[in-house]
Amino acid sequence: MKKFLFRHWMVVFASGWWLFWSCVQFYVMVSYGAPIFESILDSATTAVLLGLVGYVMTTAVKYFRPSAKNAFYILVESLVLAGLCCLLLLFILKKYSSNQEYGLMIGSTMKLRFVFVWLMILMTAVQGWVWAYVKDQQLQELRDKEAEKLMREAELSGLKQQIQPHFIFNSLNSISALAGTNPTLARKMIEQLSDFLRGTIKKDSHQLVSLRDEFRHLQLYLDIEKVRFGHRLETKVTADDRALEMKLPSLLLQPVLENAIKFGLYDTVGEVVITVTARVEQFNLVVEVQNPFDPASAKPKAGIGFGLNSIQRRLSLLFYRNDLLITQQNENIFTTTIKIPQQ
Amino acid sequence: MKIIIIDDEPLARGIIKEYLTSFASAQVVAECGDGFEGVKAIAQHQPDLIFLDIQMPKINGFEMLELLDHPPAVIFTTAFDEYAIKAFEAHAIDYLLKPFSQERFDKAINKWMNRKNVSLPESLQDEAASPESQNRVVVKKGQNIVVLPVYRIHYFEAFDDYVKIHATEGFYLKKKTMTYFEKTLDASQFVRVHRSYLLNVQELTRIEPMEKDNHVALLKNGTKVPLSQAGYSKLKSVLGI
Repeated sequence: MKKFLFRHWMVVFASGWWLFWSCVQFYVMVSYGAPIFESILDSATTAVLLGLVGYVMTTAVKYFRPSAKNAFYILVESLVLAGLCCLLLLFILKKYSSNQEYGLMIGSTMKLRFVFVWLMILMTAVQGWVWAYVKDQQLQELRDKEAEKLMREAELSGLKQQIQPHFIFNSLNSISALAGTNPTLARKMIEQLSDFLRGTIKKDSHQLVSLRDEFRHLQLYLDIEKVRFGHRLETKVTADDRALEMKLPSLLLQPVLENAIKFGLYDTVGEVVITVTARVEQFNLVVEVQNPFDPASAKPKAGIGFGLNSIQRRLSLLFYRNDLLITQQNENIFTTTIKIPQQ
Repeated sequence: MKIIIIDDEPLARGIIKEYLTSFASAQVVAECGDGFEGVKAIAQHQPDLIFLDIQMPKINGFEMLELLDHPPAVIFTTAFDEYAIKAFEAHAIDYLLKPFSQERFDKAINKWMNRKNVSLPESLQDEAASPESQNRVVVKKGQNIVVLPVYRIHYFEAFDDYVKIHATEGFYLKKKTMTYFEKTLDASQFVRVHRSYLLNVQELTRIEPMEKDNHVALLKNGTKVPLSQAGYSKLKSVLGI
């Protein structure tokens, strides 16, 4: 019963509404001296007729969007329905009542009845219209929300680090070189590259991982890069024990490292040290990546470059904050600092 | 035959050396890890052929070639570079996409041997525009190689077969055309204001009228650059006036 009431609350509401009006009508008629039987018959018939016409009206209104032209149609329709309703009423009441005085009363109140019925129908129409409009709006809102969510997902997965083809092909070239001179090392590098690729493919952009896991993944990447660039590349990765257990979005750091290595290796000649440090600072995990660069060739405006732009966007989509990535140039050291709030 | 290998990855140089062992006459006279070393080694050894990577520290493979007055025959070796393939098809003997097989390598060498008597283009001309060339110009001053970021360039001036590049610290000469720079650099920053002048609008302070309909641009350092009528209207549209 409860379920029925809940699901069909419109029906329940409408019945209550018409019941209320028939009570009012009954009271008015009785107080003006109309006989009880005729009063009941009259109010009941009016209510049923109005209920039927109201239903017709609401159904019709559902298929009309509110507009000036449609409003005119609705007006005409309501007038026609009101007229029909009154004629039917007259016919039924005359047929079932033999009271002379009451018969006269019907005739004299016909104009009033018509206006009342017409107003009731119009009200139903407007109410139906508003109802349809609100429902439509709700549906639209739901669709918008869904679309926004989908877009966010798509953007996030788009921003998730895509492995640079450069990296893959150069790594394969290194493996090809090693296969001739050092098959053991070649095999090891194939394993590292496979593990790295697997790790990149299976993680989704929402997933939070511990810094320990992210570092393990990063180490694979760094090891491969070290084989490629030989003694030119040195990395120092340090972290607090507490920081290692903190969570961060998966695959967030690798593009930062990639950026650092790219700038370090292509902007300077000679050996390059990349430093990664992680610590905890007031409920935030803070990861700092440093690389050398050449102040003379770097652009004066501190453009943070695509790699870092996409990280910033990703952080702002995940945490709704824009201040989580900071870059800093100090003489010939470029520092990228990332803060990851811990929930 | 003397060969120089220029690549910033030691293993990548290694595989070329390994593949070359099947050519008895091939002699690797130098291995270089970047373009600067490359220029030096080429001047010193005058090689017959170089293997050249594109993405390298400081200056890329194209920029290195631009610095050579008489570039040797080039086989590019690169991992993945959409610009590169388009750019060097016209000029290089061949390009090898990493990783490449011994067979593919041999084919490139044979191609070179067959083409040995055919004269090569003197230098890479206008087509060789790499992504980096939008932001910097590599020039030579005496023995020094200078990587000049474009924001330090005031204007370009046509100078016979060369282009005179006026920068904050002085001027450089480069064997290119005005059209090359006009096409390569950001059109909203560098405007061809005259047949002989390409101007960095960020250096502009004033436009002054000259006699009749002519105008002249006054730069921050006081230099005056003449504007042609077409150049004047182009400059106005870039500045939005």
